[in-house]
Amino acid sequence: MGKKQAGTGPLSRRPDNSAFKQQRLPAWSPSLTAQTVLPTFYILSLVCLFLGIWLLITVENTYELKVDYTNAGTCERCFEMRKHAIHTRTTCTCSVNFYVPKTFSGDVFFYYGLRNFHQNLRRYMDSRDDTQMVGRKNNLKAPSSYCAPFDYDANGVPIAPCGAVANSMFNDSFTVRYYPTKGPEVQVPLYRKGIAWYTDKNVKFRNPPTNNTFTLQQAFEGTIRPLYWQRPVYELDDTDHNNNGFINDDLIVWMREAAFPNFKKLYGVLNRAQGPFTQGLPAGNYSVSIFYNFPVEPFRGQKELVISMVTWFGGQNYFLPIAYLVTSGLILVAAIVLTVVYVKVGKKGKNMEE
Amino acid sequence: MSNIFKRKKIQDTFERRVRANDREYNEKFQYANNCIMTSKYNIVTFLPVNLFEQFQEVANTYFLFLLILQLIPQISSLSWFTTIVPLVLVLSITAVKDATDDYFRHKSDNQVNNRQSQVLIGGILQKEKWLNVRVGDIIKLENNQFVAADLLLLSSSEPHGLCYIETAELDGETNMKVRQSLSVTSDLGDPNNLAQFDGEVVCEPPNNKLDRFCGTLYWKDCKYPLSNQNMLLRGCVLRNTESCYGLVIFAGPDTKLMQNSGRTKFKRTSIDRLMNTLVLWIFGFLVCMGVILAIGNAVWEKEVGALFQSFLPWDPPVDNFLFSAFLSFWSYVIILNTVVPISLYVSVEVIRLGHSYFINWDRRMFCSRSNTAAEARTTTLNEELGQVEYIFSDKTGTLTQNIMTFNKCSINGHAYGDVIDILGTQQKRVQPLDFSAWNPLADRGFCFYDQSLLEAVMVGEPAVHEFFRVLSLCHTVMSEEKSEGELVYKAQSPDEGALVTAARNFGFVFHSRTPGTVTTQELGKAVTYTLLAILDFNNIRKRMSVIVRNPEGRIRLYCKGADTVLFERLHPCSHEVMNITSDHLNEYASDGLRTLAVAYRDLSEEQWEEWSEHFRGADKATDCRDDRLAAAYEVIEQDMMLLGATAIEDKLQEGVPETIAILSLANIKVWVLTGDKQETAVNIGYSCKMLRDDMTEIFIVNGHTVQSVREELRKARERMLESSRTRDGGKEVEAQGLGGACAFGNGCGGGGAANRMPDESKCPPPQAPPPSLLESISGEFALIISGHSLAHALEADMEREFLETACACRAVICCRVTPLQKALVVELVKRHKKAVTLAIGDGANDVSMIKTAHIGVGISGQEGIQAVLSSDYSFSQFRFLQRLLLVHGRWSYLRMCRFLCYFFYKNFAFTMVHFWFGFFCGFSAQTVYDQYFITLYNIVYTSLPVLAMGIFDQDVPEQRSLEYPKLYEPGQLNLLFNKREFFICIAQGIYTSVVLFFIPYGVLSYATQSNGVPLADYQTFAVTTATALVIVVSVQIALDTGYWTAINHFFIWGSLGLYFTILFAMHSSILFSIFPKQFHFLGSAHNTLGQPVVWLTIALATVICIAPVLAFRFLKLDLKPQLSDTVRYTQLVLQKKRKPGGRVGRGVGGSGVASGSALGRLGRGGSRRSGYAFAHQEGFGELITSGKNMRLSSQALANFASRHSSSWIDTLRRKKHANSPGMQNTPPTGDDSAASSQAPPLSTSSSVNSRQDTAAGEAGQQCNEAVLTHSPDDIALSMLRCADRETGGCSTGTVQEAPFVWKGSGARICGASSPGPPPIAEETSSGD
Repeated sequence: MGKKQAGTGPLSRRPDNSAFKQQRLPAWSPSLTAQTVLPTFYILSLVCLFLGIWLLITVENTYELKVDYTNAGTCERCFEMRKHAIHTRTTCTCSVNFYVPKTFSGDVFFYYGLRNFHQNLRRYMDSRDDTQMVGRKNNLKAPSSYCAPFDYDANGVPIAPCGAVANSMFNDSFTVRYYPTKGPEVQVPLYRKGIAWYTDKNVKFRNPPTNNTFTLQQAFEGTIRPLYWQRPVYELDDTDHNNNGFINDDLIVWMREAAFPNFKKLYGVLNRAQGPFTQGLPAGNYSVSIFYNFPVEPFRGQKELVISMVTWFGGQNYFLPIAYLVTSGLILVAAIVLTVVYVKVGKKGKNMEE
Repeated sequence: MSNIFKRKKIQDTFERRVRANDREYNEKFQYANNCIMTSKYNIVTFLPVNLFEQFQEVANTYFLFLLILQLIPQISSLSWFTTIVPLVLVLSITAVKDATDDYFRHKSDNQVNNRQSQVLIGGILQKEKWLNVRVGDIIKLENNQFVAADLLLLSSSEPHGLCYIETAELDGETNMKVRQSLSVTSDLGDPNNLAQFDGEVVCEPPNNKLDRFCGTLYWKDCKYPLSNQNMLLRGCVLRNTESCYGLVIFAGPDTKLMQNSGRTKFKRTSIDRLMNTLVLWIFGFLVCMGVILAIGNAVWEKEVGALFQSFLPWDPPVDNFLFSAFLSFWSYVIILNTVVPISLYVSVEVIRLGHSYFINWDRRMFCSRSNTAAEARTTTLNEELGQVEYIFSDKTGTLTQNIMTFNKCSINGHAYGDVIDILGTQQKRVQPLDFSAWNPLADRGFCFYDQSLLEAVMVGEPAVHEFFRVLSLCHTVMSEEKSEGELVYKAQSPDEGALVTAARNFGFVFHSRTPGTVTTQELGKAVTYTLLAILDFNNIRKRMSVIVRNPEGRIRLYCKGADTVLFERLHPCSHEVMNITSDHLNEYASDGLRTLAVAYRDLSEEQWEEWSEHFRGADKATDCRDDRLAAAYEVIEQDMMLLGATAIEDKLQEGVPETIAILSLANIKVWVLTGDKQETAVNIGYSCKMLRDDMTEIFIVNGHTVQSVREELRKARERMLESSRTRDGGKEVEAQGLGGACAFGNGCGGGGAANRMPDESKCPPPQAPPPSLLESISGEFALIISGHSLAHALEADMEREFLETACACRAVICCRVTPLQKALVVELVKRHKKAVTLAIGDGANDVSMIKTAHIGVGISGQEGIQAVLSSDYSFSQFRFLQRLLLVHGRWSYLRMCRFLCYFFYKNFAFTMVHFWFGFFCGFSAQTVYDQYFITLYNIVYTSLPVLAMGIFDQDVPEQRSLEYPKLYEPGQLNLLFNKREFFICIAQGIYTSVVLFFIPYGVLSYATQSNGVPLADYQTFAVTTATALVIVVSVQIALDTGYWTAINHFFIWGSLGLYFTILFAMHSSILFSIFPKQFHFLGSAHNTLGQPVVWLTIALATVICIAPVLAFRFLKLDLKPQLSDTVRYTQLVLQKKRKPGGRVGRGVGGSGVASGSALGRLGRGGSRRSGYAFAHQEGFGELITSGKNMRLSSQALANFASRHSSSWIDTLRRKKHANSPGMQNTPPTGDDSAASSQAPPLSTSSSVNSRQDTAAGEAGQQCNEAVLTHSPDDIALSMLRCADRETGGCSTGTVQEAPFVWKGSGARICGASSPGPPPIAEETSSGD
């Protein structure tokens, strides 16, 4: 303003007559009147009601089945075994039978669920090295200090993938069998790939560069597998060598940490190409046999197999429709109260004219 | 260095030695030089000092501390940049602002410091800048220059070493003052001699007493005492003196002006203080949450974490759960710190800056006459403008323009000056009369509109001629003829100047004077009158007379003075004129004009001889000379013939009465603090409608002793209680009143307890009465207190009493107050009333008050800039105050409050989510959001909409705030943002955080994408919650925004858009491929926001968050609408109906000056306040007759002058002393009247109401009937005279205590009780 220059006329320092400077900008000044508020409430209530009902109907037709196998059936033995660290290396398999009461039509998803496993602890979540897992050669053998104490083994060899997250990867595997009322048992075919986010699979997790002569194993030369793992990272999937290393789907799924201590992660998708599964998962008797590796006893956790179908809305989820219905009801009550107050008590239309 | 300082200190605490023309000697003492510095930094010190200051701010230090915490890896739950980015931003914005502020201070300092002055160095006058002037230098001042430092006047171009100064800058008094050099130095004269001058002054150390100086000049082995009479103080302006030389005694910061300006205190607004308190509370809250979560962590680590060790061992330094909890506490302190967002302070500053710019830009606060716009000089106080309860205003230059114009007159019962057409309405545009056509000596600046007066002069009406003759003869103005026909009058008071100029334009030109003659040009003919005597003005006489012998040899006494005084001394045969004139005077007075009556008396040669003998005797008397002179004057000023009356307008600034009316409707109390005289101040009080004739009562506190002041205050309170009791009637009220009186008695115990003992014994035991009954008093009262009473009233044991009394009054006027007292009054109110005060003034004498008040406003565009420099806001017209307060202030307050409410809300909503998440993540201090979101939330995503609201929001349009001043009240009552509002905001924020956490938790923990991938991963949850949060707070700000300009739209939509843009950018593969670790949220936005279930969640959360708010707001609006809501609603309705605006309050803004004055005239005669309202100083008559101030070479005259040379200053001094109560023991000169014995109680009472004081009024009645009474002034005066007679005529003390009464009804009663010509003869006979 010091530069309100040179003009020397009597009005040279007069401020501009702009709407902005004179605070006269054209403006919309809404105010809460009965004519706007009350209809808003009724409409909101209606919308919520509609959404709630719609969602509820959708959810009602979505099924989910949880099979807790922590120490169920023959898994009792494995559960006991995993209590003790000395048996870490010994394999243990067990199986659990379950019954599917209704046909899961359409795509059916198989999840493993963990209870009381805190993937959301700050230090746990920090204990990973995304630069390592993006396959950068330099970072591969120099894991971040955030991974400590899972960055180097006792001999100072770098761990790949480093950190507590990778180290604690869920390593049970399932084989689900269907026992039709007629005929022999059928193994339920699962797609074990394509279960991770596209971005994770293709951008976030990359293997160190390899070529025909330079194998993945060579690329990981000089690193060591995480302490709790039975296999090195480049041998995670022996059925498909393209699914090894950092781009292994199970690893990627595990590395996407859950927000809450009880969570489920995708294990596989029903392959509906053949047999009795073209329409989905038929009702009937099933069993799941488990390579029981992952110890949950130390943290009083539980493991389960979750089978679910999805709609546009996702899996079975009663919270949202019920929340909408409750909200709708409350808003309706509020709307009625407001209306009553407005009509009976309120100083409606009071203005200065009175 | 420190040694030197100490020595200097010691030296300066006892005395100051200054040797003229000896810089080396003076430098030994390290006196401050004349450079003033109000700036804080220079280029080198800026960074460290500014940073140091900024880190004194608790918040900044706190964030620095957080930053350090974040650098510790074990507890760092957030990256360091989440804190450092905002911190650096905040620090740099503040630094830039401080730097610009200081730059402007440097500029203004430089402007003052670089003013030129002429310094005598080595015998040659050299141009020097002010800052180079040193103590001990001799500098030359020229006419109309500011005095650069406190100077000892050495010599002047005028005879006898006299020089005239105007001290308006210093003490607000506008009349000129005379200073005289010692005769030994005044002889030095030219620069050569002065260069040889090597006198040494030993004087008191620097102090702030403007009217005192004592020192001694040692020169040539002689000692000469020095007094204030020899000093020219910095800030004064030299007037009517060609040049003078002075020796610098005090320079720069040591000058009395700077010493008086008080410390610059950093002003904080009450919102600031509240904010700081709240921030402390939030810190406490933060610590509580930290503790809760740390305990949670301890429990969790013990119960669960210990079992989880194989997957996640504790960090090396942690070996048990307690230590882990300890670290967790700090980690949570870090992540929860956003409840006290760092951007709070900087946002507040930005908003205030915006408001300041709006003030600067306001065209309606631009004065085209002086080409000055309003300026917000401090940018940190704006919202306090919306909370002002007390305004302390200076008078001269603030309420008034300090221009006196001769406006109307009444000559021989004929009123001139009103231009009224047949319908009786005033014509607006009348051309002023053109005098220059027939009178070459006319002053072009003079405006008069009534043609008939000019015609009367032309026709040669003797009374009119005589009238103007008085004006041209009876005064103490000096004239100077610069060139032929160009007269310049040096008037000692602007009133006199106006009168003499009026006479000049009407053809009675005062031309020149000598000690013994006055030469005028009467209608072109030069006439020389022999000046026989000047019967000088003083405060008690309230009149002045001259006795002249005209060329024909006739001796005449011409007198002008207060009508109250003059009317008592008229010859019976002018009663008829007097009655008519009296009516005219009433009219003038009700227009707020200052009136003077004009009279003459023919004296025979014998009468003159006889009297002059008498006079000489009195003059020569050594003891009680003043009183004898007064008595002598009294003798001759009798039996005068009334000529008429003049009415001078002390021009108010434009729109002052309207402004004051609006402000008082807005419940703002206006106190006038002026250095001017009581009469003048009261007059202005009336003309700006602060005082009104219909007020219940006006109290005048004028006591000189502690006891009398206390008594007067007590009486005032009693009267107030009494009148509210009688007015309201009924027993209940009475009981309450008594209780109240009791409460008051208890409330202000202290020294006055003894006085009120009877009161208390009378009362029943107090049953917890209201703290201040006086607050609730009905009826309108006004209090007028003078400076010397104020001095007592401000003492510790009486200040509460004073304050209670004053605050119960509608209007308070303090007159004759010193700058320091102004500050003390402001301080008093500030301290005890907990109210926001605003001081407005224009002169250097207002600086201390401006600095003391919460808000200081300077009137700019005038000569002085001291007030503006120390003010927080400046503009050039008093009337802009209403806009500043009611529009800008109100909006600022509203905006700031809305801003703060929303700000705390949004941060609690944001931060508390972490708290809830803590219960699910093992209290591990895991954040819910991405760290970038945490960094950007406050400074990018949510800052701009709330800033836009804080800057642009308006609840009602500006014209409505002026129409309904009551809209201002929420600010005064602090309703919009207080602790309660704060808790409501916090509660709302916490509620929102609960919804924002648990709704996504409930949904997402079970949900999957439509391709089966679970949604319960952390990143999805983070994105969902963050998005919901941004949307909810955006909807909330949309609800809060009451005034959607394009900018608001842009910011609100823009912020949302920006959020999504940044979100997708941050989660893009490009950034990830560069910094995989930093941007590991790769793809989350895309994966999450593509899911309908996520949007349904967000929508649900938004509805649940907003619907209750909407419902509550609607209920509040419906059940308890605020005035602003109603106004807004009306606006809406009107817009729909397209009808003209509301009726209420319409008239308030509209009533112009013209209609106001017309109303006043139509209403009632009003009381007359005619006092001899000269800003006059006695002693000028003597100065003239002694010839001291005249440029005459005549030897004889010089001799004549030198004979008296020492006496007149002594006289002045003695008169000053006489004002102190010690001098009352002179013998009485008046005789005893029958009524005198009953008069004293009346004369000491602080107010006289003739309607109620009938019993006591008996005495007054007798007195009244002895003299002619038409106005209560007369009653007061006559009583005064009665009192006089008893206590002795020369006891100035008592006389000044005697009150004046401005009670209209009183005037009526008196007027009615004495119809017809009163027996004036009685008075005259007893007068001798």
